[in-house]
Amino acid sequence: MKKDDIFLPKILTFLCNWCSYAGADLAGTSRLQYPASILPVRVMCSSRVDPLLILRAFLNGFDGVLVTGCHLGDCHYQEGNYYTRRRFVMLKKVFDSLGLESDRLRLSWVSAAEGQKYAKVATEFTQKIRELGENSSKNKIFL
Amino acid sequence: MANALKITKNTEESVREFLKILLEKRKVKGVFTLKKIGKNGAVTYSLITKSDELNDAVPFYPLMPTNAGKLLSRITRNGSTTEPVAVIVKPCELRAFIELVKREQGHFENLYIISSTCGGVYPLKTATDGTIEKNLSDYWDAVKKGEINQDLRPACTACTEFTPYGADITVDLIGNTELEKKCFLLLNTKKGEELVQDMKGELVDRDFDKEKLKKFYAKREKAKNQFFNENTKINGLDDLIKIFGRCIGCHGCSKVCPICYCTLCMFDSSNLEYKPSKYESEVRQRGGLKIPPGTIYYHLGRLTHVGISCVGCGSCEDVCPVNIPLTLIFKKVGESMQQIFEYIPGKNITEKIPLVTYNEEEYTEIEG
Repeated sequence: MKKDDIFLPKILTFLCNWCSYAGADLAGTSRLQYPASILPVRVMCSSRVDPLLILRAFLNGFDGVLVTGCHLGDCHYQEGNYYTRRRFVMLKKVFDSLGLESDRLRLSWVSAAEGQKYAKVATEFTQKIRELGENSSKNKIFL
Repeated sequence: MANALKITKNTEESVREFLKILLEKRKVKGVFTLKKIGKNGAVTYSLITKSDELNDAVPFYPLMPTNAGKLLSRITRNGSTTEPVAVIVKPCELRAFIELVKREQGHFENLYIISSTCGGVYPLKTATDGTIEKNLSDYWDAVKKGEINQDLRPACTACTEFTPYGADITVDLIGNTELEKKCFLLLNTKKGEELVQDMKGELVDRDFDKEKLKKFYAKREKAKNQFFNENTKINGLDDLIKIFGRCIGCHGCSKVCPICYCTLCMFDSSNLEYKPSKYESEVRQRGGLKIPPGTIYYHLGRLTHVGISCVGCGSCEDVCPVNIPLTLIFKKVGESMQQIFEYIPGKNITEKIPLVTYNEEEYTEIEG
């Protein structure tokens, strides 16, 4: 029980350069509190996140993967995040069909002005992952 | 209006002759078809320009040495062929080719596509041990009756897409009780009609025996559900480890996959190479490591890359040296992916691959 109390998940977070990264920055400069579980990776666009990257994180033992991007219609590259959405739907389906925990994946739109939302998403997702517990792939040796 | 060419001869022979005349009359400069190169099921796809060479052609041989979609893409990758070519392919090969054309890996122009309703193919090993020749008469009997053959590739037994999409000419095989005596070439397009002008045979009015095809579809669908449900349920990482744990990492499945077209696969690149130091750090972290590592990552990665266009030809499972049930996984997961986007790979050349297009209002529930 004690161990669960202190379980701090590791969440790989992809932040798009133009909105979400600035949003995360704003959360920082506004001194908003959110869990230290987030490991940020900046990408130029959320659509740069190949499903392979998410899979790799998942199989290498990350407890959760969060992909963030600009709100729909606000993409710096016009339409990148629409593709991200379709790809994400697809990847979740793959996870569901194979009985993997698709709840460990999350997609969120965070604009540069939404420091609040970013902190909220990070807190909520961390809480959710805490409930799910550790990713079992961490200790599997036959991957 | 006449929409079919009737030739009163054994089907395979009539098509062979039809192709010969095409070459002789210079309607096409080449023919792409299966050809016998030896005894006991040694057949291979060939591009033939001399009509004599067609004597050994076996256009409807129930074997798929390589998915022809992949081969056609190799021929037409840089642009359409300079001369017209008639190609005889199976429905799933045609669908694979269409998927490749969508990915700009092939060109349709100058190809006359001849396909047929397909009774399925046998695994490759039946061609190496020669058992396929013994099965042939049973095979054609079953096709005539509209029954599912035994011992086919698992992918074929469970295939419900046995009528070709977008072929210029379709040869009526399934449920055609007079295969030995009569051959019907159904003309689907203008190109097909042009091709049969001034050819031997009689132009008649004919369509598929729709009732029979419907019955056959029902049989296949039943077989498919059985195939999906009876086989081991894959539920979670542990099951995946059981299935993929025996993978030797030869990457043969991606080499034969018609949709895997990358010249340098990410999984063959140095990007994913395990350096000695990486083994050490992984072992330290996990307390052990399968060698070669990364097999599940490879298969799941390939699934996310090609699953959306998987035509379910079953080549991957056929070449797998350790019998991983790849058809089951790729067909099942692939179809579940395709269903979200209501997409049938290779059905319609003008339809975009779901992952390169979007609607503004869709899947809003995914964002959270």
